[in-house]
Amino acid sequence: MAAVETAARIDLRNPDAGRERLRERLFEGAMLLALLISLGVLLTLLFDILASALPLLAERGTGFVTAGLSSFPENAGVGQGIIGSLQIAFVTAVVAIPLGVATAIYLEEYAPDTWLTRFIDINIRNLAGVPSIVYGLLGFAIFVRFLGPRDLGGIVNLTGGRSALAGGLTLAILALPIVIITSAEAIRGVPRSLRDGGYGLGATRWDVTRQLVLPQALPGILTGTILSLARAIGETAPLLVVGAVTGFLSTGGASFFESLTQSGFTALPIIVFGWSRQPQPAYQDALAPAAILMLLLFTLSANALAIWLRNRYERRV
Amino acid sequence: MSAAPIDLTGDPRRRRRESAVRSAFLAAALGSVLITALILYTLLGDAYRFLTLIDVSQLWGSGWFPSRNEFDVKTIVVASIVVSLISMLVAGPLGLGAAVYLSEYADPRTRRVVKPVLEILAGVPSVVLGFFALTFITPNIVQAIWDDANQFNMMAAGIGVGILTTPLMASIAEDALRAVPRELREASYGLGARKRTTTLRVVVPAAISGIVAAFILSLSRAIGETMVVTIAAGGSGSAAFNANPLEGSITMTSAIANLAIGSDNPSFGSSFVSLYFVGTLLFLFTLALNVLGDRVVRRYRRSY
Repeated sequence: MAAVETAARIDLRNPDAGRERLRERLFEGAMLLALLISLGVLLTLLFDILASALPLLAERGTGFVTAGLSSFPENAGVGQGIIGSLQIAFVTAVVAIPLGVATAIYLEEYAPDTWLTRFIDINIRNLAGVPSIVYGLLGFAIFVRFLGPRDLGGIVNLTGGRSALAGGLTLAILALPIVIITSAEAIRGVPRSLRDGGYGLGATRWDVTRQLVLPQALPGILTGTILSLARAIGETAPLLVVGAVTGFLSTGGASFFESLTQSGFTALPIIVFGWSRQPQPAYQDALAPAAILMLLLFTLSANALAIWLRNRYERRV
Repeated sequence: MSAAPIDLTGDPRRRRRESAVRSAFLAAALGSVLITALILYTLLGDAYRFLTLIDVSQLWGSGWFPSRNEFDVKTIVVASIVVSLISMLVAGPLGLGAAVYLSEYADPRTRRVVKPVLEILAGVPSVVLGFFALTFITPNIVQAIWDDANQFNMMAAGIGVGILTTPLMASIAEDALRAVPRELREASYGLGARKRTTTLRVVVPAAISGIVAAFILSLSRAIGETMVVTIAAGGSGSAAFNANPLEGSITMTSAIANLAIGSDNPSFGSSFVSLYFVGTLLFLFTLALNVLGDRVVRRYRRSY
């Protein structure tokens, strides 16, 4: 038998290989460039802010962190803004987290598949896309006017009008859809078998939810709530509409909780906004960047914490 | 012989607690519906009141001058469109490019480092980007290219908004690209296609509805963005009609912000109520885009 005749070797190489390879490289480079520009912007922004803020912080030290708003640039500080932001974050957390997690539990664990459930679900997703300033309009109508003092058209003075409480409640409504969506995702990620095991032992739905599902979903829920709080701390537009003070503010000696319902409040992002519009160069060149640095310290560390939590949790599962 | 029937209904106390818990959760869920109802009620109610307070001819004129009772709708709508188009020219290529690199080229280690950094960029408050747009983008980029650009201009505002929406764009587009099954890529490689051809001719077309949704949702975010525009595109609260991106103008969002700041002593006259009219306009714009985007997202989810 003759040996099997082998076919002539086919040349699989592309005669245009060199040019093709160059095109490949150029395309990959262009995509990488898009990514690097996005990251470069963040670095430029941080560097730009740090370069302007650090000299002022070195000179003023903790005085800048504790001082209140002032019409003299050399005395102005972010103390009232930090207190205001903490008050707002406190109110937002107290209202949005329980309400949001409860809604997520209902949607994931209890809700039957009816038109009402589907409507609630669609409604929440649309709420998450409503521009933040529209929440400001809502907050102003409800918390400042309707539940505010009589001269603003209120019926019962619960909030004190343009107060940190009104601002916090407004941001709680803004943060609510985000808390619900992220919590629902975390709860959905808990395996079915865990629930079935609980039911098999005769547990009720609430027992299963509380003792089996929630502990498993906790890291995810925590991540979502921290992210939504970070967003609330950085929000400016709704607080402007609710009536945050950009100029001079006298808070007196009221305590953290007493001043919640005091008319007149400010917050870190509001101070940044106010100072970035001041005509004197001292504000734009040093004071606004220093206030931004304080604000970023809050929001970026909260973001970093949430991302770290999530990555840790993801790797474990 | 069958045994006596066992009572399986359980402890009545436990059942009462169970139904109380269920009602409490349902009430919380209905709270979100109440919020929507309140948004619609306050917006539509006062928007209607605004329309009864003014003459319809006041809605068409030479510019947005609330104190003169001139509420030219096209001024604020055109400014919103100009700013969000510029922002999409920034966020579109940057976000899509970053998504393609992260999904198709980056090794897992790079992605583990880069994705959190992008998410941190998404966490930068808009007021900070507004300041950055005014004090960095305007002098160093916009005025460096067009030296006759105004200190307050829609170009810098648009670039700032674009930077703000890039992470959102990248994140949704990357999800869409990664949802494309491996087999499609491998079939393409099997036919001898290179990575670039596979990406451009196979992966991107397969993910196109997700990418379109990313554009739509980013556009909606851009239209609703307030602080960057209020700080960088001028903020005296009024503006003549202008579509030139190198000049300042007033968008739907910054019109609300400026009216609100000026409302220290609200007389609740027509200029103040116009807040709610503009709010309704803005709400309808973004709602339409969000519903459209949601539809498109759900279509691409169903296809695989």
